[in-house]
Amino acid sequence: MDMQTLYLLVPLAPLAGAIAAGLFGKLIGRTGAHLAAIAGVLVAFLASVLIFQDVEAGNTFNGALYTWMQAGGVDFKIGFLIDKLTVLMMLVVTFVSLMVHIYTIGYMAGDPGYQRFFSYISLFTFSMLMLVMSNNFLQLFFGWEAVGLVSYLLIGFWYERPTAIHANLKAFLVNRVGDFGFLLGIGLILAYTGSLDYQTVFDNSQELAAQEMPGTGWPLLTTICICLFIGAMGKSAQVPLHVWLPDSMEGPTPISALIHAATMVTAGIFMVARMSPLFELSEGALSFVLVIGATTALFMGFLGIVQNDIKRVVAYSTLSQLGYMTVALGVSAYSAAVFHLMTHAFFKALLFLGAGSVIIGMHHDQDMRNMGGLWKYMPVTWITSLLGTLALIGAPGFSGFYSKDSIIEAVHASSIPGADYALFCVLAGVFVTAFYSFRMYFLVFHGKARFGQPHGQDGDHDDSGGHRHGLAPGQKPHESPLTVTLPLILLAIPSVLIGLFTIGPLLFGEWFGEAIFVGGNHAALDEMAKSFQGWQQMTIHGLMGIPSGLALAGVVTAWVFYILWPGAPAVIRRTFGAVHTLLENKYYFDRFNEIVFAAGARLLGNGLWKQGDQGLIDGVGVAASARLVTLAARIASLFQTGRLYQYAFTMIAGVFVLLTFWLFLARHGV
Amino acid sequence: MTDIPFLSLAIWIPILGGLLVLASGPDRNAWMARMVALLTAIFGLAVSLPLYFRFDTATAAMQFVELRSWIIEFNINYHLGVDGLSVWFVLLNSFITLLVVIAGWQVIQSRVAQYMAAFLIMSGLMNGIFAALDGVLFYVFFEASLIPLYLVIGVWGGPGRVHAAIKFFLFTLAGSLPMLLALLYLYSVTGSFEILDWHRAALSMTEQSLIFFAFLAAFGVKVPMWPVHTWLPDAHVEAPTGGSVVLAAIALKLGAYGFVRFSLPVAPDAAMAYAPLVIALSLIAVVYIGFVALVQADMKKLVAYSSISHMGFVTLGFFMLNPLGVEGALIQMISHGFVSAAMFLCIGVLYERMHSRQIADYGGVVNTMPKFAAFFMLFAMANCGLPATSGFVGEFTVILGAVQYNFWIGLLAATTLILGAAYTLWMYKRVVFGAVANEQVAQLADIGAREFFFLAVLAACVLAMGVYPFPFTEVMHTSVTELLRHVYTGKLL
Repeated sequence: MDMQTLYLLVPLAPLAGAIAAGLFGKLIGRTGAHLAAIAGVLVAFLASVLIFQDVEAGNTFNGALYTWMQAGGVDFKIGFLIDKLTVLMMLVVTFVSLMVHIYTIGYMAGDPGYQRFFSYISLFTFSMLMLVMSNNFLQLFFGWEAVGLVSYLLIGFWYERPTAIHANLKAFLVNRVGDFGFLLGIGLILAYTGSLDYQTVFDNSQELAAQEMPGTGWPLLTTICICLFIGAMGKSAQVPLHVWLPDSMEGPTPISALIHAATMVTAGIFMVARMSPLFELSEGALSFVLVIGATTALFMGFLGIVQNDIKRVVAYSTLSQLGYMTVALGVSAYSAAVFHLMTHAFFKALLFLGAGSVIIGMHHDQDMRNMGGLWKYMPVTWITSLLGTLALIGAPGFSGFYSKDSIIEAVHASSIPGADYALFCVLAGVFVTAFYSFRMYFLVFHGKARFGQPHGQDGDHDDSGGHRHGLAPGQKPHESPLTVTLPLILLAIPSVLIGLFTIGPLLFGEWFGEAIFVGGNHAALDEMAKSFQGWQQMTIHGLMGIPSGLALAGVVTAWVFYILWPGAPAVIRRTFGAVHTLLENKYYFDRFNEIVFAAGARLLGNGLWKQGDQGLIDGVGVAASARLVTLAARIASLFQTGRLYQYAFTMIAGVFVLLTFWLFLARHGV
Repeated sequence: MTDIPFLSLAIWIPILGGLLVLASGPDRNAWMARMVALLTAIFGLAVSLPLYFRFDTATAAMQFVELRSWIIEFNINYHLGVDGLSVWFVLLNSFITLLVVIAGWQVIQSRVAQYMAAFLIMSGLMNGIFAALDGVLFYVFFEASLIPLYLVIGVWGGPGRVHAAIKFFLFTLAGSLPMLLALLYLYSVTGSFEILDWHRAALSMTEQSLIFFAFLAAFGVKVPMWPVHTWLPDAHVEAPTGGSVVLAAIALKLGAYGFVRFSLPVAPDAAMAYAPLVIALSLIAVVYIGFVALVQADMKKLVAYSSISHMGFVTLGFFMLNPLGVEGALIQMISHGFVSAAMFLCIGVLYERMHSRQIADYGGVVNTMPKFAAFFMLFAMANCGLPATSGFVGEFTVILGAVQYNFWIGLLAATTLILGAAYTLWMYKRVVFGAVANEQVAQLADIGAREFFFLAVLAACVLAMGVYPFPFTEVMHTSVTELLRHVYTGKLL
């Protein structure tokens, strides 16, 4: 099989699975549907492995598949760009997707929408692969919006729940705000380069950097990059477009892992890395990226502390980690961003799937206040979750350590505007991450068992069924089936090991080659590479570093608050009431959006409709000629005989009478 | 190129078929009326297809030309022909007519023959508008096509149908009177009713300006452009489903088509001079109407306002006078034909079952009508311009053209990404998602085979055009290039 067929197979196999499960779901049944979908993703994964080997051997590809459309002298093409960056993303996407597909068999067993669910997640895999494999902005936008669509469908998967269908509409609209900027960026690129092909655009980047926006004096390239980044802010949930991600937890847990943690939300990070030849030439855009990322990294982490829903803690942690990746982009450490993207994909998928396993064990109770001591009942979930948590907080030796520490180092070495603020945020973020992560870990797996009590808290739940949620008194949680625990184990392995194996080549070697461009003035990573002496050295060095100290402090604080002295949180909450209220209300972003944008738009719409259309145009405009209209209506009503012939005849006759009259005048020289 | 007069066939087969249907008489022969109508519509589509397959994309000249003198004394000819600007609309019209016949199959139970005949005759007349190359012929078709639509609304419409029909009739008639004067004036200058002669005639700026505004009045009302749009929501609300489909999918295109056939080539210098005005009105249509659509409580009104907003993209695209804009606008016209037809058919499916168009009367339809919900989702997504649907192609191209033209215009146009999604999906959420809202929703039956068929055909069109729009734009390039060259050359004395 030649390579191009293989490239094609990667997105098309999941698409075929999606179609089989979606359109013929009834015909092939539940087993048929999950087999078809899993087969599709498995093929995509295996093909990606082969392509990875081929790319390792030094072969890259950049070419068109077909001309989608020609319009206005521009050729819009669909095509693939296969290089190191692409193939890494392909592996991450297909592997996590495969794990989630397998997990879904166990998690969604018994759900009436089983086939539909498989169809959606396969469709998502197709869309995400089209996005990462694209060699042009059109297809990028295509994949970008398509993953948004599937995310919309999956957040609203349990469409009877008001919260779910509120969340999915919100997610779609907030993403559309980002896409609005993204599309303008694409428009500017086309307007000034005449092409949407990555390579052509990159070849023109110097000319773009030298121009200004007519009429504003803004540097053109900075405007383009900020527009593109607004798209990334929507998709990768950066402040202030982050508001949709926590609510997206209304969707079933497997998709929280796949879409809202491991893959889709990292599309923005991937996109900026892909566009490094543009961003590198705009200091202003990089500073903007850096400040937004740093703010997200720290302030979203704070919100994770006050959540009681297990999935929401992980969701806020995702926001915060996406902030870290964005920070890395801002300091031109693109490879560090992609590195963290990869390690995060594994450990965050693991944490979400672990949370899902806990939710099954708790009979669809998601409130951590009703858990505790689960380690005894769910050993596999317990151990794998602990490994994931350690990776998340960046414990030396675990994958998250290498990626997060590299980001912090890169921020430290950077000197672009905003780097000091970012350094503070990412360091403080380490403590916060460790604290909320272990708060969750202790609340769920250790301490006093609080489940099975009749007065249990009514938490959010993750099921559409009408049965009672949570454990009945005396009932014990149980470990999940193999289809659930196997993916946990398979994800735990890379969560621990992937970092130390890949940091050398990925970050400090020439592995990415030409896929990522870093300007000579932003070579923070190159500086770090000089002092890099292998992962062993880095681990030992890291044990004594400031970040590790902060992480340890976070863990200890969590231990004190939730194991040693469980009364402490209540005391703190009372002492710092205002801060707690602010965090409880998520800095009032949602309230603000509801009042200003949602209600404001309705008010404006009503005003324009009632005052504009009905008042001014129909009222005044028509009233002014009211007499004329009435008169005309009366005349018209004379012709209302209801017979078609008469209407047609009268009309045509009228034309001729008019014509004759006019010609008569013309002939007689009037 | 060919001896078979395809254009004449596309015009007269539906008209004659329509008269034949009328002859079937009272409702006890309804089955016969339906069968004849169906056969006529199929036949009408069949004779339209060669227009695409035998189309020569290399020339901007008129093709499939038929020329016979009609009224020799006044130099009026029966002159037909299509180019890359018009050929798609003959096809679209014949296609939509077939769908409307199928969609009205069981729904219409009274005066079946008249109903079917009205649509067939209207279809023939509208093909005539797109194919006419003689000014008088154009005008006759243009005005005559008003009558069947007026009747469809006035006879088979809702309770407020008379008011709506008259409002519709008067708005459009008031618009077309200045156009008649412009046509007659052009004859007095050129001594010919040939539209192509008018394209060549040199005119002073004053003449061009007057002609331009006369055309703007006629076509602006038809499109409809803000602020002469208020007849459309009323007409849609009262019209039966088939009427809404034809109104949205075809009738609105007549106005837009008029701009590229008359305004731009006949008065190019005035069009350039007044382009900012039309662009401003188009942007108001996109943004203002987007907000108005958001607050509609009636589904049909909502989609009607959405139509106005989408047609704003068409006029915007034309008057930016760049190739991306014009081609994008033409694509948007075709796509809007599919998508608006589909949206109104979906609302029709619900209305037949519940006899309500109020969003508040629905909720949780997906529970009882899952197949319908899937189709409706696809069309809703197409309506908010999601990639891989036809709705994306036109909007995307026009927005790209707009950013090229002026960043701020592009920015305003791009707000449709947010507004379009907001009003469409908010409606979808309230109607389709959620728990079963009431007893009536619980009783709903999912779509039957006939409904499945017409929705599936439209879904195929929407997806095909989204995934591979190449064949749609292929036929346009040469004509669009020639049109823009002509406009930029100008024709001042």
